[in-house]
Amino acid sequence: MEPTFTVTEEQQLLRSMARELFEERGTSERVREVMLGDDGLDHEAWRQLAELGLTGLTIPEEYGGGGASHVELAIVFEELGKRLLPLPLLSTAVLGTEVVLAAGTDAQKKELLSGVASGSAQLALAHLDTAGRLAADPGVTATRDGDGWSLSGAAGYVVDGRTADVVVTAATTDDGLALFVVPGDADGLTREDVEVLDLTRPMATLTYGGVRVGDDAVLCGGDAVPALHRAIAVGCGMLANEQIGGADHVLRTTTAYARERMQFGRAIGSFQAVKHRLAEMLVKVESARSAAYHAARAIAEGDTAEIAVAVPLAKSYCSEVYEHAAADGIQLHGGIGFTWEHDLHLYSKRAKATKLLLGSPAHQRRLLADVLGFIAA
Amino acid sequence: MSTDERTLVEGKLDALLEAYPPADTSEREFWGAQFDHGLAWVQHPEGLGGLDVSPRWQALIDRRITEAGGSTRNRYLNVLGIGMGAGTLVAHTSPEFASRFLRPMFACEEIWCQLFSEPGAGSDLAALSTTAVKDGDTWIVNGQKVWTTLAHLAKWGLLVTRTDPDVPKHAGLTYFIVDMEGDGVDVRPLYQITGEAEFNEVYFDDARIPDEYRVGEVGQGWNVAMTTLMNERVAIGANVGPRGSGAISHAVEAFERRQAAAADGAGDPVSDHDLDRLMSHWIEAEALRLTAVRAGEARLAGTPGPEGSTMKLHWADLNQRTTSFAMDLLGAEGMTYPDGYEFTRPDETSNRTESVHRAFLRTRANSIEGGTSEIMKNILGERILGLPGEPRVDKNIPWRDVPRS
Repeated sequence: MEPTFTVTEEQQLLRSMARELFEERGTSERVREVMLGDDGLDHEAWRQLAELGLTGLTIPEEYGGGGASHVELAIVFEELGKRLLPLPLLSTAVLGTEVVLAAGTDAQKKELLSGVASGSAQLALAHLDTAGRLAADPGVTATRDGDGWSLSGAAGYVVDGRTADVVVTAATTDDGLALFVVPGDADGLTREDVEVLDLTRPMATLTYGGVRVGDDAVLCGGDAVPALHRAIAVGCGMLANEQIGGADHVLRTTTAYARERMQFGRAIGSFQAVKHRLAEMLVKVESARSAAYHAARAIAEGDTAEIAVAVPLAKSYCSEVYEHAAADGIQLHGGIGFTWEHDLHLYSKRAKATKLLLGSPAHQRRLLADVLGFIAA
Repeated sequence: MSTDERTLVEGKLDALLEAYPPADTSEREFWGAQFDHGLAWVQHPEGLGGLDVSPRWQALIDRRITEAGGSTRNRYLNVLGIGMGAGTLVAHTSPEFASRFLRPMFACEEIWCQLFSEPGAGSDLAALSTTAVKDGDTWIVNGQKVWTTLAHLAKWGLLVTRTDPDVPKHAGLTYFIVDMEGDGVDVRPLYQITGEAEFNEVYFDDARIPDEYRVGEVGQGWNVAMTTLMNERVAIGANVGPRGSGAISHAVEAFERRQAAAADGAGDPVSDHDLDRLMSHWIEAEALRLTAVRAGEARLAGTPGPEGSTMKLHWADLNQRTTSFAMDLLGAEGMTYPDGYEFTRPDETSNRTESVHRAFLRTRANSIEGGTSEIMKNILGERILGLPGEPRVDKNIPWRDVPRS
């Protein structure tokens, strides 16, 4: 596919709508209230997103969704990334939705995805072991148990895992890696919050003590890897867009501060040491933006060869740009940037956590090297 | 309106390609005919190489001509004339005056150069000190210009001079076109760190310029120069190369050579760290390339954003880092300069295939030429981000009183 960045009028409207929504809902006070609250997520705002059709944006219309593309969903991620309001967008609208779409039966899609679109079901994907590796041993194991299955073991780093209504769980079976639909309140399932670096995106450790599910809970019998890879790739593409939203916000707020903050009788932004650092941030944000938008476009077009290049590229580059932007943002703010009161630390923590979520930049570069055929010794 | 413009442009294109099939027409003859059909700078008025339509049609025209086997390399052989001089002449001189220069410019019968920078005026262009003194209806010019691309091939130069040292620096400048083959104009090669002389120094020793070759009013030279530089920005970055092209191709090539040598037992294997660094550079190069696509689309749509201004800075920095990394990959071979230092004077400003060694040296200029990275950062900070400027100590005092090195 040839890269293009043309924006339709509908996409511009969607952006304005999402921006207004998150500016209104995602105030600093509200973000802090939610992130320090019991649930860690803003369920009220999530219901509003559902009413606006944003929770099921990319779900096909036949399952109750909006039938839009990932370019549209990327716009929502970018705008949300500017505000950090804790919402289960990644877990539900991307990770959960994508595995169900990739591996589920028609009946499963109807049931689970219509719930996502209506806002009544929040999904999570438990695909990592407690060391953060992709469903390696010891992760979760599923064994035959009468006419159903019994799941035992533990999954780590499950985004929104403690509050999700449904946890799609990757588990090893005799036939390979499978996916099971596990209700969040299933007997024998223990869900514990991880003490996370980034309080605006909760994660949980899930312990499966012989959790029983029926045969109809099997989302994917033996070869779950393609479905997981699909979900992870889309997740990385969307996270890249969230990252440029965050980096752009840091750039804008830091620039505004540099215009206002006076020292030595001048706005600090008039000093080249400050100005040049902001200019460098702008340069990186604009290049990262191109990478993120292109990744979303590749996913939207369904061009698998291009997804394999564009997504790791975007996730790697946008991760590093966001991290540098957040670090420079703190530096340029001086002391106030180091306080809990100022929001910059939230962006800095989001930057570091999303960098490591769904595969670090080094991991992405390794994937890309394989795709491009570059091999070390 | 747009449909009408398309019909007009395509009609002219069809007529040009039918009457002057590129296969049977010499380059210069074709370019002359292209000018006559109004397809040289499509946004210019009729009679001056244009059709008075939106500049966005130029991309279509150039693509159609290329597809028909025609050449657009005049834009590059005479880049300073076609890319920068033409817009300046159209904006600031009479149609009668401009018309006698533009056709031979576009056909590359007369090459142009730009005489702006001086040894004492690089980033601070408005501080320049080459003087022009009125003598009857001619001007007498003395001084030195530097970093003049194509001066040794040029018939005409775009020249900014100081005509009034007693007013603040921007107000005392006047713009001319100068006959590079005239008396008192001496062009000398300026050898650079690659050993070649891509650029020249130009010395003016009582060179005479008729007043009719003045462009714009006396004292308005800064505004005219700004027109020239705005055209430069439009001319740069119009083409986006394929994925993997440019500086990154040197790093990839060096990496693969290392792999091949190691496979033959003739060198150390590349490490995981080398591979990771290669991918980092590759990723950044592709992000920048995508940004160029995005900037091009935004410009054509008439909604240019900050990405158009950030590219040059990123490009310069990335080129330097990438070619330096490529040299590191070469190991001991990075200590050599395989073609030797040749002290040649290239005839074209070329993007010819070159060794990684030369690219490594040449990219040092990327962050200096066309606006240093420091100045670019000021521009981004002040014009895009809206940050205040530095306090200026030279603003409201006569040029002659400003301290100079």
